[in-house]
Amino acid sequence: MFKIVKREEMAEGTVILNEIEAPLIAKKAKPGQFVILKANEDGERIPLTMADTDPENGTITIIYMVVGKSTALFKTLQVGDGFQDVIGPLGTPTHLEKLGKVVCVGGGTGVAVLHPITRGLKAVGNQVTCIIGARTKNLLIMEPQMKAASHDLKVCTDDGSYGHHGFVTDVLKEILEKGDVQLVVGIGPVPMMRAVANLTRPYNVKTLVSLNPIMIDGTGMCGGCRVTVGGKTKFACVDGPEFDGHEVDFNELMMRLQAYSEDEKKCYDEFCTLQNAT
Amino acid sequence: MEQVEKKGKKNQTPRTPMPEQDPNVRKRNFQEVPTGYTVEMAQAEAARCLQCKKPGCVAGCPVEVDIPGFITLITKGDLTGAIRHIWKKNALPAVCGRVCPQEIQCEGRCIVGKGGEAVAIGNLERFVADWEREHGTGEVPPKPASTGKKVAVVGSGPSGLTVAGDLIQKGHSVTVLEAFHKAGGVLVYGIPEFRLPKAIVANEVNFLERLGVDVEVNAVVGRTVSLDELFEQGYEAIYLGVGAGLPSFMNLPGENLIGILSANEYLTRANLMKAYLYPKTDTPIPKGKHVVVLGAGNVAMDAARTAMRLGAESVKIVYRRSRDEMPARKAEIHHAEEEGIEFFLLTNPTQFIGNDKGRLTSMECLKMELGEPDASGRRRPIPIEGSEFVMETDLVIVAVGSGANPLLTQSTPDMQLNKWGYIVADPETGKTTKKGVWAGGDIVTGAATVILAMGAGRKAADSIHEYLTWGW
Repeated sequence: MFKIVKREEMAEGTVILNEIEAPLIAKKAKPGQFVILKANEDGERIPLTMADTDPENGTITIIYMVVGKSTALFKTLQVGDGFQDVIGPLGTPTHLEKLGKVVCVGGGTGVAVLHPITRGLKAVGNQVTCIIGARTKNLLIMEPQMKAASHDLKVCTDDGSYGHHGFVTDVLKEILEKGDVQLVVGIGPVPMMRAVANLTRPYNVKTLVSLNPIMIDGTGMCGGCRVTVGGKTKFACVDGPEFDGHEVDFNELMMRLQAYSEDEKKCYDEFCTLQNAT
Repeated sequence: MEQVEKKGKKNQTPRTPMPEQDPNVRKRNFQEVPTGYTVEMAQAEAARCLQCKKPGCVAGCPVEVDIPGFITLITKGDLTGAIRHIWKKNALPAVCGRVCPQEIQCEGRCIVGKGGEAVAIGNLERFVADWEREHGTGEVPPKPASTGKKVAVVGSGPSGLTVAGDLIQKGHSVTVLEAFHKAGGVLVYGIPEFRLPKAIVANEVNFLERLGVDVEVNAVVGRTVSLDELFEQGYEAIYLGVGAGLPSFMNLPGENLIGILSANEYLTRANLMKAYLYPKTDTPIPKGKHVVVLGAGNVAMDAARTAMRLGAESVKIVYRRSRDEMPARKAEIHHAEEEGIEFFLLTNPTQFIGNDKGRLTSMECLKMELGEPDASGRRRPIPIEGSEFVMETDLVIVAVGSGANPLLTQSTPDMQLNKWGYIVADPETGKTTKKGVWAGGDIVTGAATVILAMGAGRKAADSIHEYLTWGW
């Protein structure tokens, strides 16, 4: 069992942080890599990119939004409980190099994924501006951590309840207009990543996105996570999860993410009914 | 009659049929199809063996099980002795009795089979293994003296488990590293419950654990730990039995529509993740109404029969060659036909068609005819011009083979691969070009059978033992 040593609820309980004992993974993991977690014997294998690692204490941190039965089940796990299986680190790590001016853009729980990448880009000598956003103030996560990980943090809310009133792309556009940006990393919901990629394209600024399609093994064996990048089929689990945002077929990705939506909704509703009854 | 008596060796007793679930019942459940011999059936079948002096069956077995030897013990009623006799050569008899292609191995060489039907060696092997599991003493072979040498086996499929079983019985300490959360490799993720119940695989793995093998799951060698780190941890030899593990697709337009899955994904959902019990278990599986399986090997048959059990109205095998070239075991094809799987032979897909939600709705195909033999020795299928037609389907399972998964090999640059990415290994010993590392099974040969992978494991285990005793 992989024990949970720390647990926090964020964004009004819709987002959960778990720090988990996984010494082998903590020692090996690099920014951009993910793990697969399975709560119990009959559980689903859920891929989640790591938000942080602590090699000395042998722990990894994951932050996830409760969206279906499996994540609702994860949410029931308390400190001292654990996951039956944690597998990783998986995926190709972020290529970190000194480029100059870099902008990291995060939306929703994508901010968690962005955290180690931002820190890594800063550590190799880049000038890192970070833009994070959420629908409203109470749903914003990891503001202090992102502030520490970057040189300059800008915050947006869709409803204007905190920071800049508007989308992360508005702020990104202002920065792009000033010029000199060498790299944009955009991680969040698919529509946000698509908007970021569309925005940077005319500026010709290289843009990385991190994809989280449906997958099972995470080692290139099932092919469930295939995405079209530059007209070619790639496996997000081994070729990614990061890809050139200008090349990704986001429409296909959006559709493929809906493959089990009906099944999932039914399963989630049943789980919630059961939980409310007890 | 007299002539037969005079020859004396010609056996007229017919082969004891294996009792099976009725096709119309079994095609909608996941219970095992053959229900197994009774003791009486097994003894009647065992009595058909001629006890040849030079048994062809043993020569035909990739792991050289002493078949006449264990059959004699069955006729004597010593079932405990029979299973222990098999264990000397094969640690996975309950698996092999079920999934080996006996008709081209042991049974294919059986003398009784020359004039009639071969002795049902596979059924007998299965019988004694099942008998031991259900009624046996559970006693394992005695532990040999420890050599103090540590071996790592990467992958817990048939070849890895064979290596582990052989080396533990020679006194070495063995750790099996499995990337998935459950041990068994293709035996748990690939072969369906109705052909190989997972409780039986778990039991075979447990047998190895009782012999002293340490099984570590969730260990992705190449990611969680590298080969060189394993050496640093004190392992003196490493066996790579990681399987092929890279699904081939058709590379046709529309292949990323929802409703097109690799057989690896479909079967892994059904078997390893137990999606056939969804929503009692948490992993969903697409339930097609009109299912098409591309390919005609054992994996294709497994996928087709799984789809039928998940409630499909129709299941079609679509294959570009003819019946004679289908690579699946005869028994699997027969079982599939009995269960109502349709065969569209000499047919090849050209594109997949979907709706505005990105979901598959149909597949366009071309009719083929057979031309001259190709490099594989099989007649090459040639498209018939203007023969396009559309097949309605909402679920396509691509079962056209596997390639070499590069995950581990990419992280091991000092080990030679062939041009297709498979590991180069000596066919006699399994030695790779990296010192202290052996490989066998599908990652060396490309996708093949359980027993061939076990045969490769046997040779490698012998070579590893020699190395640990005498050096590289």
